Amino acid sequence: MNLTLKIWRQKNAGAKGNFATYRMEDVSPEMSFLEMLDALNKKLVEEDKEPVAFDHDCREGICGSCGMYINGHPHGPVPAVTTCLLSMRYFSDGDTLWVEPWRAKPFPVIKDLIVDRSAFDKIQIAGGFISINAGAAPESNSILAQKKNADSAFDSSICIGCGACVAACKNASAMLFVSAKISQFALLPQGRIEAKERVRAMVEKMDELGFGNCSNTGACEAECPKEIKLTNIARLNREYYKAY
Amino acid sequence: MNKILFSSLSKKFVMALAGLFLLLFLPVHLVINLMLLKGNPEPFNKAAHFMATFPVIKIVEVVLLLAILIHITWGILLQIQNWFARPIGYAGGNKSETSFFSRFMIWTGASVLTFLVLHFFNFYFIKLGIVRGNPEDFYSVAHSLFKIPAYNYIYLTCFALLGLHLYHAFSSAFQTLGLNHRIWTPVVNVIAWVYAIVLPAGFAFISLTLWLFR
Repeated sequence: MNLTLKIWRQKNAGAKGNFATYRMEDVSPEMSFLEMLDALNKKLVEEDKEPVAFDHDCREGICGSCGMYINGHPHGPVPAVTTCLLSMRYFSDGDTLWVEPWRAKPFPVIKDLIVDRSAFDKIQIAGGFISINAGAAPESNSILAQKKNADSAFDSSICIGCGACVAACKNASAMLFVSAKISQFALLPQGRIEAKERVRAMVEKMDELGFGNCSNTGACEAECPKEIKLTNIARLNREYYKAY
Repeated sequence: MNKILFSSLSKKFVMALAGLFLLLFLPVHLVINLMLLKGNPEPFNKAAHFMATFPVIKIVEVVLLLAILIHITWGILLQIQNWFARPIGYAGGNKSETSFFSRFMIWTGASVLTFLVLHFFNFYFIKLGIVRGNPEDFYSVAHSLFKIPAYNYIYLTCFALLGLHLYHAFSSAFQTLGLNHRIWTPVVNVIAWVYAIVLPAGFAFISLTLWLFR
C-alpha cells in the first residue's frame, strides 16, 4: 500500500517543530508500525537526511517505550496494542497518517517523536514501592492474599507506564497511571503497610509535575494498551481520602 | 495543610460533594415550580414564603450558596489547570472514545451559570431587597416572565444544556467520591440518564405550558 505520512519533526527540546510530509510506497500490510518507520528511516539515511527519532525497545508490547500519537489515538486506532504491535494491515492504501509525540506539559519533546517521560519515574520514586529488608526470597505463602485481590492487583500491575493515558486525556491527567501503581500495592497485604504515605506522596508529586485533573471522561481507559480500568481511579480516590 | 486542601483529588472531592448537594436541591425546586401550573397563586407564593423564611431552610440556603460558589470556582480553576497541562494540542485531533458530554462540562456549566445570574436578578435579588419587586408574589413574576418568548428561548436552551451537564455530573460524582461498584455503578449510570432527562423536562414543561397555553 502507498501512504502519506505527516510526521512531527523537532530538532531538539528548544527548537520549534513542524510536520514533515513523506511518501511511503509499497508498504507491506505485514509490517508493524515501527518497521514501517524503520523503512522510512532507511530511505532517509540513504538520501543523506536526518532519520525520524522515535523511542522503542522491546517491540513486543511490554516495555512501554514506543508511544506515539497516530491519527488522533495514542498507539494508533487499534484498541489494546502498543505502537510496536500495531500492524500496518489496519491501514488502507492512500491513507494519510498524522504521527505526533505525546502532548503534555510534563512530557516535553526531546526530539521528533521522543518525549521525556521521566515525570512518571519521579511519581514512582515518590512512593511506588514497598520497603522490605533485602535478603533471601521469603516463602511465597507466608503472607496470605485473597485470590480476587491478588488477581486485581495483577491486572493493575501490568501497566507499562507508556503514557498513553496522559496522551489521550483531554486534560493530560496522569490519574490512570498513578491509580494503577497505587492499586497494585493497595490490594495486597504487603502494600497496606505504607498505603497512606504512598498515596499522599504520589498524588503530591503528580500535582507538582503539572499533570491535569481527571474529569472522568474515560479516554485513558479506552486507549490504554494494557486495558487498565477506570475502577483503579475510584480506588485511588478512596485510598487518598482514607489517608487523611 | 494547603497540599491536602488544594491537591487535585481534594479539589475534585469538594467539587463532587458540592455538585451532589446541588443535584439534591433541583428536585425540591422543581416540585415548588410545579405549583406555578395552578390557577391559584396562593400555594406557590406560600411555598416561596416558607422557603424564604423557615429558619432551617435559611441555613440550607447558606450551604447552597456556598456550594454554588465553590462548585463554580473550583470548576473554573480545575479547567484552567487542565488547559495548562496541554499547551500544544494534536494536529490529528483527539478521537479517543469518551463519555461524550464529559468533554463539554465547562461550557454546559457556563450556560447554567449564565441562567443562574439571570435567575438571581429575576427572583433571588428581589428577596434580598437588592432588586425592586414584590417578594411575596413570585407567582406573578414567574407568569409574566414566561409570557416573554425570548425568556423561554433562553430558559429552554439553558435547561437542555443543564441536562447534558447533569448526565455526566451524576455518574462522575460517584466515581470521584470513590464509589465504584460492579453492580451499583451501572445502576447509578441509568439513574443519571433518568435524572438528566426528567428534571430538565419538568422545568421545560412548566415553561412551555405557561408560555403557550396560559
